Amino acid sequence: MSLNNWQPVIGLEVHVQLATKTKLFSSSPIAFGAEPNTQASEIDLGLPGVLPVLNKEAISHALKFGCAINAEISEKIIFARKNYFYPDLPKGYQISQLDNPIVGKGSVEIKLGDKSKIIGVTRAHLEEDAGKSIHDLYSNNSAIDLNRAGTCLLEIVSEPDLSSAEEAVEYLKKIHSIVTFLGISDGDMSQGSMRCDANVSVKRPDDQELGTRTELKNINSFKFVEKAIIFEIDRQIKELEKGEEIIQETRLYDSKKNLTRSMRSKEEANDYRYFPEPDLIPIKISKDQINDVRKNLPELPEIMKERFMNSYDLSDDNAELVTINKETASFFEEVLSYEVSPKNAVNWITGDLFALLNKNDKNISESKVNPKHIAEIIQNIEGQKISGPSAKKLLEIVWSEGGEIQELIQKEGLEQISNDDEIEKILDEVISENQKQFEQLKSGKDRLQGFFVGQVMKKTSGSASPQVVNILLKKKLSK
Amino acid sequence: MSELINLSLTDQILGLSDKSFSSKEITGAYLNEIKKKKSLNCFISVFEEESEEKALIADKNIAKNKARPLEGIPIAHKDIFCIKNKKTTCGSKMLSNFISPYSSEVFSKLDTAGAITIGKTNMDEFAMGSSNETSFYGNVLNPINEKLSPGGSSGGSAAAVRANLCSFATATDTGGSIRQPASFCGVTGIKPTYGRVSRWGMIAFASSLDQAGIIAKNAKDAAIALKYMSGFDQKDSTSLNEEVKDLQKEVDADQEHIIGIPKELIEKIKNDQVRDSFNNAISILEKDGAKIEEINLPHIEYSLPAYYVIAPAECSANLARYDGIRFGHRSESVSSLEDLYVNSRTEGFGREVKNRIFIGTFCLSAGYYDAFYNKALKIRNLIKGDFDEAFKKVSSIAMPTCSNSSFELGSINDPVEMYEQDIYTIPANLAGLPALSIPSGTSDEMPIGLQLIGNYLEEGRILNLANKFQKLTNFHEFK
Repeated sequence: MSLNNWQPVIGLEVHVQLATKTKLFSSSPIAFGAEPNTQASEIDLGLPGVLPVLNKEAISHALKFGCAINAEISEKIIFARKNYFYPDLPKGYQISQLDNPIVGKGSVEIKLGDKSKIIGVTRAHLEEDAGKSIHDLYSNNSAIDLNRAGTCLLEIVSEPDLSSAEEAVEYLKKIHSIVTFLGISDGDMSQGSMRCDANVSVKRPDDQELGTRTELKNINSFKFVEKAIIFEIDRQIKELEKGEEIIQETRLYDSKKNLTRSMRSKEEANDYRYFPEPDLIPIKISKDQINDVRKNLPELPEIMKERFMNSYDLSDDNAELVTINKETASFFEEVLSYEVSPKNAVNWITGDLFALLNKNDKNISESKVNPKHIAEIIQNIEGQKISGPSAKKLLEIVWSEGGEIQELIQKEGLEQISNDDEIEKILDEVISENQKQFEQLKSGKDRLQGFFVGQVMKKTSGSASPQVVNILLKKKLSK
Repeated sequence: MSELINLSLTDQILGLSDKSFSSKEITGAYLNEIKKKKSLNCFISVFEEESEEKALIADKNIAKNKARPLEGIPIAHKDIFCIKNKKTTCGSKMLSNFISPYSSEVFSKLDTAGAITIGKTNMDEFAMGSSNETSFYGNVLNPINEKLSPGGSSGGSAAAVRANLCSFATATDTGGSIRQPASFCGVTGIKPTYGRVSRWGMIAFASSLDQAGIIAKNAKDAAIALKYMSGFDQKDSTSLNEEVKDLQKEVDADQEHIIGIPKELIEKIKNDQVRDSFNNAISILEKDGAKIEEINLPHIEYSLPAYYVIAPAECSANLARYDGIRFGHRSESVSSLEDLYVNSRTEGFGREVKNRIFIGTFCLSAGYYDAFYNKALKIRNLIKGDFDEAFKKVSSIAMPTCSNSSFELGSINDPVEMYEQDIYTIPANLAGLPALSIPSGTSDEMPIGLQLIGNYLEEGRILNLANKFQKLTNFHEFK
């Protein structure tokens, strides 16, 4: 797609479900996948006479985020009622924030190749989630599950500082990494722990004013954020170039068809009639409280990356790879606790293990291969007890069946034959079986070297050290 | 046994503890009286069998010297307080089928103190009304003259106390709903400081104004009842975490009083009998040693318009949960989601409730919020300031409860004229101050109320002053 001198302007609203033990205004537990309507108390059901009581853990989670992005923190936070009717919104209003959001202006830095860019965060506020409407369960009725109703959300609103789909994805990844490193959300987009709306407009580079924007709803994966924004930018440019105007409206992204379609226009938009929530008094946040949060802030990805580069002598790229999320970083550090080379650890985690995770669509916390496995595999390689191919085989066995590395090496007979005499005997066998090829190799057909190493490996079921085979082969050739 | 029901709460507690009579006898007497005076329509529910059973348990506790403070005292709750497994209607068709799965804190506290709930009293629908005529269950009759209104919205509670159908009754007051009916029925009613009594389980009308209180035979009884109903509740974020004073002791203590009189306001009273009775009451207290000071409440004349913005605004959100989806009335004629909302609410709510939802929705709408809601909040602050200023030099403020005595049922059809019933009672709600009404004379042979307003958490002081007045006069006595 050619932008033809159009400049996209993008802002994201990211809803992060906070990993609190209980809901924002009730003591109902939060559990994904529980039986419908079993995690909902009288407060979550909006029964007559119930009152909200603010969850302090949610405040502390939001403060962590605010401190992590160096944002202003409101001294006094106020909740407001956002009024609209929907069957999965039990009270007919959502308790959210309008004025005095808990987190004010802040910023995050994103990486784009070699360059970096500062993206402004306008605000982040606390609000309760709605329940879920399920329309495909019964033929004539819709079903409502209120388990999710009242769970804590942090809505993070960015400035319109993003100028491409790629930047939007990087920004979203950054937010994801911050909230997971802080431990305030599991960040699991597939379970709706992070949801994203995008405000998209385009303008000519020298236009002072922004173009009319549309709001894209319901884009719930990194991939869809990218695709939806690309589609929408393209659509807007095409409209404008046809001489049409962009209508300010909310559009829904359809991931199956990869397009956005109109959901409601500005005129049809709800008047939410916000007003301060009279059931909750304004909450004061003290300087001490903020300092306390700041002091106890967990290590954030940038700082951790810096540390990895310094202490483990990792390259920028490698350090970036293992700090991609909190789970990977702690996996990496646990592998290192077995005193293996950091470089080998990075290679094994980001190479073979990531490949397996990707292939099986799993994340690292779901992996059967644990840091001890990786560490022992590396130790065996470093001690030349197993060969590279054997190591890969081991990893696959552990992935699918689990087990102890030492036992598996024995059981599968993967112990490397490092005894030169034994390997030489096998090499001699291979040479005598392949006299013709050996002569060719001798006369300079170098690529046959691999053939001989391969044959030896085959005969030893991969347990010979390829290095040793190479050395021995060279010795034979020079005779 | 009929004389038992005429006794004050103080004498009933005494008589039960020295075994002059039993809870079984007193409960039976009240239940009989309720049957005899069914035509007054004071009750929406009566719990005959359960009350008789509880009376037997109370008598056992008394026999074992394990009596709780209100052991065996039959009381009534306004049907705005949720009681577990009991119908809680709030005087509305909308909740005519609602059985609450949980109990209000007001009920729990009085239940724990040993009181027996013999029934739930009739009220204006969702506490919106000043004559008890908006109740889905029909209006209550004034026991003194059945052609007249008992006042509202706690008309059922006031009439039940006046007709000797319970020892005392709970009630709620958003703009005068305890004091005005107490005035009309010649009984004592107190609305404590906002936050003194938990709102948990009390069906909300206007959250920032609603406060539960007591209607009783006299100030001393009200003090005892209120003592066991008050206290901090962590389920209500607006509840005050302040020590509960021993009102029972304070009501009889030797206290000096400086009474503030808003002279300008008194001079404007049109009804001669109301003005004369007020001046007479003040001179009685002055003769008894109270100091009288003139005070200014310059913004009080804006109370009514401010109230009729704030209360409907909050009510429009509080009543949004009645949508026919999870509980309450659900229309039978429904072919779409929109129908379900519109028809359920059209059928379930009465006219006055709809009026207020419309007013409130309008006041909060985009473009009107600043002109109405914000301005009303500013007035509210000015009124609070007026009271703060006055309480620097006085210990309580006196004014009439109402500008008239009770009126004929069906005689006021203009909503605004009805709203003016609350002209003297609303300021205390806007400021969150404690206020009570005691009988102080008659107009056209019907009782007139004297209103005493105290400073924050000074319920004891106004009850003490009221008790003083009741020792000097017999306006509060009835058979």
